[in-house]
Amino acid sequence: MPHCRLRFPLANAARTARHIAVVLTILCAGRYGGAQDTPLLSGGVGFFTSTNGGNTTYQPVIEPLLAAPIGQHVLIESRGALSETFTPRGNGLPGYDHTFFGAFTYLQGDAILTPHVTLVGGSFLIPFGTYNERLSPIWISNFQDGPLISSLGLMSTGTGLGGMLRGSAISRPKYSIDYAAYFSTRSGNEQLNSERSSGGRASLYLPEQRLEIGFSYNRLLQETHENFYGAHVWWEPKNTAFRLRSEFARGHHAQGYWIEADYRTQAFGGLDSFIGRFEPVFRMQQTFRRDTIVSDGLPLVNTQRADFGLDYNLPHNTRIITSYARQFSSTGDRNIWETGIVYRFLFPVWKGKSQ
Amino acid sequence: MNVKYLLSGFVIVAAACGFSKAAPQPKTQPTSATQTAAHSNGKQTAASQGSVHGDEGQRIFEQNCSRCHNAPDGFSPRISGTVLRHMRVRASLSQHDEQELLRFMNP
Repeated sequence: MPHCRLRFPLANAARTARHIAVVLTILCAGRYGGAQDTPLLSGGVGFFTSTNGGNTTYQPVIEPLLAAPIGQHVLIESRGALSETFTPRGNGLPGYDHTFFGAFTYLQGDAILTPHVTLVGGSFLIPFGTYNERLSPIWISNFQDGPLISSLGLMSTGTGLGGMLRGSAISRPKYSIDYAAYFSTRSGNEQLNSERSSGGRASLYLPEQRLEIGFSYNRLLQETHENFYGAHVWWEPKNTAFRLRSEFARGHHAQGYWIEADYRTQAFGGLDSFIGRFEPVFRMQQTFRRDTIVSDGLPLVNTQRADFGLDYNLPHNTRIITSYARQFSSTGDRNIWETGIVYRFLFPVWKGKSQ
Repeated sequence: MNVKYLLSGFVIVAAACGFSKAAPQPKTQPTSATQTAAHSNGKQTAASQGSVHGDEGQRIFEQNCSRCHNAPDGFSPRISGTVLRHMRVRASLSQHDEQELLRFMNP
């Protein structure tokens, strides 16, 4: 699972509960402008299995997301992850060991300053590439595993602690440009772990072509300063349910890319027909070492991997995710079989009358 | 071996492109987006009523939201403003896009 960034043992779960209680208190203390601005609780609940080298692990996961607007221009939002992983004991021993993981993925406040500028403060997802911000939630990912290069540019934590400016710089019918620029300080806090870094991302989107091209850059500003570069291209042809997404990232010690394509046919009664709910997915990825210093989370040797997935989109926001991957490297080839089911929930924090 | 997998991938992508061109979506085909709005308030959607705002909102939905995720099956209209403020930040939507999507979800 690529989603649990800050891990801590079960003994610290109480501390997490206190943090969640504080967040809930803040949310409930706010005054809300309109009937459409009720705080929401969203997220995903999933159960995953992964068979790698003959060993099967089981992992129930919940990723809750809270969002609460305050007034007309402020939003407080937070996402977390809780999971329990059951792994075979190995060495001929029967049964399973299990480990609990809990995490605050981010906790941030957003202030919409102008139509083009939003100020973000707190613990936020680092805006590098597309995977971390857009595709990492379990209710969005097409695959259970993130890309091999997903840790590049994320400063080992995936989150920054500081401030960010972002927004839509230009929005025209034929094109739009958005941006994000951040600065993060170093923090050793267990819940808000981050490295000192700075960087950002800019993207150009062409709505008629359904084409997005973007570039990312950030720099680690502590110990050995390192630069990270990223580029992404997304294409979704008009009037189809075909999506092509790709990303390249280059770090000081390694680089790599992934290309992912998914498709849902509309030819047999639309997307919500029995056939239309099937979603074949394919992802190709490669990583290349520039040196053997271990600091970026990528494989220690050049690696190629092909993922073949078949997802099924059930009614009521439920998704079955299955995939087979073959990974090639000089340390040995291997097969990875993964299955999972995810339910996405989304509802108001409290009941009330709608207008 | 690797070349085989690469070729297989390209064949899948090429087949998907060809299939999608051969079967364009009928204009009357309801999308998940319109169904979302319909589920959320039990009324006809603005898009199905042919309103300008509904069409614009649906276009913006298809161009932005569905690039990352499927439309939720339905949710309370009381949180539509919160959803859009969250997505305005996450997806860097413009103020215009946010307002049109809000009208689309609450026709």
